[in-house]
Amino acid sequence: MNFASFEFLAFLAILTLVYFVVPKKVQWIVLLLGSVVFYAFAGPVSFVFLLFAIVISYVTVQILGKRHASLKKYLEDTKETLTKDERKAYRAKHKNGSLLVVCLGILLLTVSLIYVKYLSGFSFKNGISFGSTLLEVMGISYYTFISIGYMIDVYREKAAVERNFFRHALFVSFFPQLAMGPISRYADTGEQLKVSHSFDAKEAWCGLLRILWGFFKKLVVADAIAPAIGYIVSEKLGGIYFILLCLFYSVRIYGDFTGGIDIVIGSAQILGIKLPENFNRPFSSKSTAEYWNRWHMTMGNWFTNYIFYPLSLTKTMQKLSKWGRAKLGVGIGKRLPVYTATIITWLATGLWHGFAWNFVVWGLLNGLVILVSQELNPLYEKFRARFPKLWHSAPYQSFMAIRTFLLMSLIRVFDCYCDVPLTFNRFFSVFYTFNIADIWNGGIMNLNVTGTQYIVIAVGIVVMTVVSRLSIKKPLRETLWEKPMLGNALMALLCIAILVFGSYGLGFDASAFIYGGTFN
Amino acid sequence: MKKRIIRIISFALALVAVIGVTLYFGAVLQDARLDNREGHLLCGYYDTTDSRDVIFIGDCEVYEGFVPATLFEEYGITSYVRGSSQQTVWQSYHILEETLERETPKAVVFNVLALHYGETPQESISRMSLEDMEWSKHKLDAILASMTEEESLISYFLPILRYHSRWSELDGDDFKHAFDKHADITHQGYLMQTGIDPVDTTDNRQPDDMLESLPYRAIEYLDKMTALCKEKGIELILVKAPTNSIRYYWYPEWDAQMVSYAEQNSLAYYSMIGKDEEIGLDWSTDTYDKGLHLNVYGAEKVTSYFGKILAENHNMPDHRTDAELSAIWDERIDAYYKERNGEK
Repeated sequence: MNFASFEFLAFLAILTLVYFVVPKKVQWIVLLLGSVVFYAFAGPVSFVFLLFAIVISYVTVQILGKRHASLKKYLEDTKETLTKDERKAYRAKHKNGSLLVVCLGILLLTVSLIYVKYLSGFSFKNGISFGSTLLEVMGISYYTFISIGYMIDVYREKAAVERNFFRHALFVSFFPQLAMGPISRYADTGEQLKVSHSFDAKEAWCGLLRILWGFFKKLVVADAIAPAIGYIVSEKLGGIYFILLCLFYSVRIYGDFTGGIDIVIGSAQILGIKLPENFNRPFSSKSTAEYWNRWHMTMGNWFTNYIFYPLSLTKTMQKLSKWGRAKLGVGIGKRLPVYTATIITWLATGLWHGFAWNFVVWGLLNGLVILVSQELNPLYEKFRARFPKLWHSAPYQSFMAIRTFLLMSLIRVFDCYCDVPLTFNRFFSVFYTFNIADIWNGGIMNLNVTGTQYIVIAVGIVVMTVVSRLSIKKPLRETLWEKPMLGNALMALLCIAILVFGSYGLGFDASAFIYGGTFN
Repeated sequence: MKKRIIRIISFALALVAVIGVTLYFGAVLQDARLDNREGHLLCGYYDTTDSRDVIFIGDCEVYEGFVPATLFEEYGITSYVRGSSQQTVWQSYHILEETLERETPKAVVFNVLALHYGETPQESISRMSLEDMEWSKHKLDAILASMTEEESLISYFLPILRYHSRWSELDGDDFKHAFDKHADITHQGYLMQTGIDPVDTTDNRQPDDMLESLPYRAIEYLDKMTALCKEKGIELILVKAPTNSIRYYWYPEWDAQMVSYAEQNSLAYYSMIGKDEEIGLDWSTDTYDKGLHLNVYGAEKVTSYFGKILAENHNMPDHRTDAELSAIWDERIDAYYKERNGEK
C-alpha cells in the first residue's frame, strides 16, 4: 500500500476510528491487525519474510532473556561461594554463549536480507547470472534492521525482553515504519506500543497537519521536478544540465524522503505513538559529518551503534592500531582503527541501499569526505580562532551550508545514473561543455517541466525553507496549534494546494516513494 | 474553553472551505476540459420527455450515422440516438438500462462495432460518456464496468482529483460558465458534421490480420442487452454502419460471428458493409474524415436506407398523420435543416 494513495488514507481513517473506539487494553491488537492488513497488500511472499524476521528475532531474544536471567540467578546463588575471579570467568563464558546466540540470529536475518536484495535474481540458466528481477519484499531492510537492533540491545541488556509473541510482532511490524523507516529501537517504540492511548486532539491535529505537509513536499515539489530529472538522465545531458540535475535531485529526494517520513510519523502521531525523528533540517548542515547527523538519522544511528562502534572496539582493530603505531607512527596508528571502521561502515551503508557499484562508490565517497574533513578540522579551528567574527558571520555560515549542500548533492547524483563511469563522464562534462546561457535560451523549458510548474516548485521550495526556519525551536505545527484560526486556515490552504498543484492521478507516474520503492 | 470552541469552529470552517473549493474548482476544471462537442452528446436526452419508437445506441457510427429528423421526415418513425464517443458495449448496456427506465421503445438498434473492445480503450474518451450521464445507479454501474486499472472511483465523485493538472490552462470564462447548463448540440442525439473530406483513393494500406474473435466480455454484455430487451418485450436490432477506413475495419469473421449470434438469439442483424451501392453512398462526398465517419449527406442516405428496413421489416408505425407529434417533430426538423444549411 503506497502512503501517497487514497487506499492508505482510507485505511488510516478506519484504523484510527477503530483504535480509539475499542477498549484500551486491546488497542495494541488493533495496531497488530492493522499492520497485518497493511502488509497483506504487499503479497504473500513479503508476508513470509516478515514472519521469518519476527520469529527469528523473537526466539533469539527469548533465549537471550533466559540466559540473562539464569546468569543473574547463578551469580546471586553463588554470591557467597565463588571468588570474584571465578564469577568474572563464568560471566565471560556465559557472555560468549549469548554472543553466539545473537550472532546466529543476526546471521539468519542478514542472510534473508542478502538473499532478497542481492541473490534472489541469481540464476544458473545460461551460465551464472544475477538476473534482473529481484524478489520484491516490502520493507525488509527496515524490519531486519529493527529486529537486529533489538536483538543486540537485548544482548547488551539495554532493552527488555518482550515475552508476548504478538506484542513482539507488533514492535517489528508496526505498519507506518515498514515502508521507509524510521528504523526505531525498542527504547523508542517498544513501551509505547504496549500501553494504551487516549485520543488527544492536539496530537491528532498535529499528526494530520504533518501528513498534509508530507504530501505537499512529496506531490507538489518532489514529484513535480521528477520529469526534469528523468529527462536529463535519459538524454545524458551534460554541462550546465549536470549541475541542474544535482540541484533538482537534491530537491526531489529531500521532498520525497522527508515528505514520506512526515506521513509516517504523522500517521503514528494520530494514534498516539511517537516515532523517532529521521531528519533535522539537513540542508542547514555546515559539514558532511553534521549533515549525516541530520539526514536519515535513524539509519546513521543504527550503523554507528551496531557496526561502527563494535567494529572500532574489536581486538582486530586494537591490533591494527598497535601495528600502525609501530610501523606508521603514533598519529596514523591512532587513526587507523577509526578510519578503517568508518570506511567499512560507509561501505555497508552503501550496500544497504543496493547491491550496485553506484551505491558502493556513493558510500565510499561519503566516508572519504568525512575523513578528509576530519583531517582538515585543525585547519578550520585555526581559521576560526584567527577570524572568530568572520566565522560566526551569517555570510560565512551560509557559505559553509551551501558548500555542504553542493558537495552532498554531487555525491548523491550517483543515485540518478546508476552507472559510475557515466556519472563521472557527465561530471567532467561540466568543465568542457558548460554553457550557462542554455538556461535562459529556453533549455530549461525543454525538460518536460513547464514554466508554471517551475513557478509552483519554486514557491514550494520557498515555503519549505520558511517552514524549516520557523521550526528551529519547536515544530511550526505546535506553534500553530496555539493559534487555531491561523492554523486551520493554513491547513485548508495546504490541502487545496496539494489537491490542485500536486503531481498525482492519471498522467503522473511518480507517486511511489524513492526510499519506499528502491530501497525495500 | 473559549479556545476549544474557536478550535472546533475554525476546523469545521476549514473543512467546509476545502470541500467547497474542491467541488467548485473540480467542476470548473472538469468543464474546461470538455471543450469538444463529443463531450456533450448524452446530456440532451434528459431534457426530453416523449417516448420514441426506436432508440439507437452505440458509438460514433451511431451518433454520426443515423438522423432521427430524416427518419421522421421520410418514414414518420420517432427515434433518439443515445450514442457517445467510443461507447463500449458495457456502457451501452447501462445507458440502455437507464433509457428503458424512462421510456419503452418498440425497438433498440445497437451498432456492433464496439464489440471488438474487450476493455475500455481510452480512459479520457470513456470519461466523456460517463461524465455526461446523470447520476444514477446506472451511471455508477457504467463507471465500475469502464474503469481502467489506473483509475480510482473517487475521482468520478471529486473531478478535481482527475483534472487538477489543468489548472494552468484555465481562463476567466471557465470560471464564469462552470455551472452553466450545456446546450444540446445534437438533433435528437445526432451530431451533425457538414464538412467533406473524401476517402484517399491512393491509400493502399491493408487492415492488420484479425487476431481473435470478438472478446468474451463484449459478447457477455451483448447477452445482457439481449436479455434486457427480451424482458421488456422490446426488439433488439443489430446493425453495422458503413465505413471506409481500415482504422475501424469490420472483419468478415466478426460479421459471421454476428450473423450466428443473431440467428441463435432470433435477432435481426443488418450489416451495411459492402452495401454502398444500395445505400447510394459516395465516399468522395459523404464523409468528413476520409471515410472514417459519415457526414450529414452520408448519414441521411444511411438513415433513408435503414428507415425503409425499419418500416418494412419491423412494422414501425408512421406518425406523420399524428398532428400533435408532427408539430413537435416539424420543429425539430426545422432546427436540423437550419444547421444543415448553415443558418445556425
